[in-house]
Amino acid sequence: MDFQSTQFLKGGHPLAQHIIELFDVCKDFSGTQVLKNINLYVRKNEFITLLGPSGCGKTTTLRLIAGFEQPTRGQIYFYDQCINRVPPYQRRLNTVFQRYALFPHLTVADNIAFGLKIRKVPAEEMKTRIAHVLKLVGLSGYEKRWPDSLSGGQQQRVAIARALVNQPEVLLLDEPLGALDLKMRQGMQIELKNMQRQLGITFIYVTHDQEEALTMSDTVVVMKDGRIQQIGTPEDIYNEPKNAFVADFIGESNIIDGLMKKDFLVEFAGREFVCVDAGFGFDIPVDVVVRPEDIKVVAPEEGMLKGIVTSLVFLGVHYEMQVEATGFNWRLHSTQMYPVGSEIGMNILPDDIHIMEKSAPQIGEEES
Amino acid sequence: MKKKWFSYPYLLWMLLFTVIPMALILYYSLTDTVNGETVFTLANFQKFFQPVYLKVLWHSLVLAFYCTVGCLLIGYPMAAILANQHFVKKKFLIMLIMLPTWMNILLRTYAWMTILERNGVLNSFLGFFGIEPMQFLYTEGAVIMGMIYNFLPFMVLPIYSVLVKMDKSLIEAAEDLGANRIQIFRKVTFPLSAPGVISGIVMVFMPAVSTFVISRLLGGGQFALIGNLIEQQFLWVGDWNFGSALSIVMMVLILLSMAVLNRYDKDKEAGGSLW
Repeated sequence: MDFQSTQFLKGGHPLAQHIIELFDVCKDFSGTQVLKNINLYVRKNEFITLLGPSGCGKTTTLRLIAGFEQPTRGQIYFYDQCINRVPPYQRRLNTVFQRYALFPHLTVADNIAFGLKIRKVPAEEMKTRIAHVLKLVGLSGYEKRWPDSLSGGQQQRVAIARALVNQPEVLLLDEPLGALDLKMRQGMQIELKNMQRQLGITFIYVTHDQEEALTMSDTVVVMKDGRIQQIGTPEDIYNEPKNAFVADFIGESNIIDGLMKKDFLVEFAGREFVCVDAGFGFDIPVDVVVRPEDIKVVAPEEGMLKGIVTSLVFLGVHYEMQVEATGFNWRLHSTQMYPVGSEIGMNILPDDIHIMEKSAPQIGEEES
Repeated sequence: MKKKWFSYPYLLWMLLFTVIPMALILYYSLTDTVNGETVFTLANFQKFFQPVYLKVLWHSLVLAFYCTVGCLLIGYPMAAILANQHFVKKKFLIMLIMLPTWMNILLRTYAWMTILERNGVLNSFLGFFGIEPMQFLYTEGAVIMGMIYNFLPFMVLPIYSVLVKMDKSLIEAAEDLGANRIQIFRKVTFPLSAPGVISGIVMVFMPAVSTFVISRLLGGGQFALIGNLIEQQFLWVGDWNFGSALSIVMMVLILLSMAVLNRYDKDKEAGGSLW
């Protein structure tokens, strides 16, 4: 599949320069292949997110870019220079670590000054730059504090400040919000996004949280088992998932076996539906993906499908229901409450039916 | 709380073999026997402040200092190699370091005598290259070397235990911020391993100051250290009062140096996992 061209067509700034590019990068750890032919480019000033379940290779990809690991095969380019052999301390990028990795023997100000001191930045400039980044992360006045006297969120801000003060061209973030509670995480998501826009720095962000990926990114790279599954804007990834894995990973989905009868007509759940997809051929088995929020609940006699409500959970904004219909357990969202056991009708519009090629059985790969 | 009596045998042991002897030493150091009568006096301490004895003390401190520096210079890299996660022969090397400590210090030191003797292993080896036999044994160098050899494990192990616990992502963070290997060591690894270094220094310096076996066997008695002086007072001279005073002086010195070092040792657990 040609990910590069899709990214080029659908990404935000197609003419922006590629700041980092990975060509056919593979990485083995003691015989196990954790990255398989990764091809990826990162445009200048974009917010790109590597998204996937744990063990999918997203952190390894980030560590390769940072220079903590060397690729087994393939090349990594920074602008037009191959940086495979360049040690981390000579790369013009900085990392925000998952567990912050603040130096416990240094104060907040000294932690932030670490990179500047090594670059021999004059004391006066150092002071103003430290004050500036501390203000940026909302920790002015914390200069003299010790890292272990700060909360997780504050430590995270110091870690971000420590990276940003060096004015890197690329900032790598390895699940930086993973250790924070939900409320703080949401606040930091917005702040990080604003910072990235303000500073005009390229962010490469690693997360397993699909919501985080969708809200913050310009481009999302979905990974699984060391392979890239799909690259695209958050809208693309959500609305046009390339395969059942992406559809399932990015939000909940009903994934059901179907048969593509011909262009714009698909058969599943015992009847034919009009859809918007074409080009599969005739009578081809496919995966049909329908988002829970795209199923409209109607009166039983008006529905395309009829089913019985088997479970009901109140989630605040809406109810989540499981509906048994034609031997399949449909998951759907509704603002209306239908008690368990009641019969309802379900309508699915052509636009909301996503047809995917059956994922080919993957040989010789263990599921992680 | 109920099981308090479990500690009684231990307390009794401490009382019999630590507290009472210490009290006796203190008593002896503050008394003297004049015409068969025991009198309290500070004369024993006064006696110590004579140039002859002060010189011995100074010499002991200098040798112990050399020994500690030597142990640190050899022990730190050794601990760093051991703590390296990519080092596979780790267990074997730790064994090699620990093994000699299971043997008696006398035996180990006698072994060094046969190596360093005029007709010993080292001179025979040098003889192959046509080098004339040299005097190794009964030199100050031999004493310092013997001390370093005997006390090295006490330096390596506390440093190792700190280094091995250190968060590896801190090294990566330093690397990421532009530090090369030397800068990483200077600004991150070494400051963070300071608690281990301090316990190492304490654990090497204390026995080094008070040793008398090594200096007698490898120094041939010509390098009297404070340990030798105390031994002489008790075993050969028979002046228990002066010997006790010397012991008290040494104990105070050790306690003082520990107090100083403790102020720099924020992490009290350093090395605790080992001892």
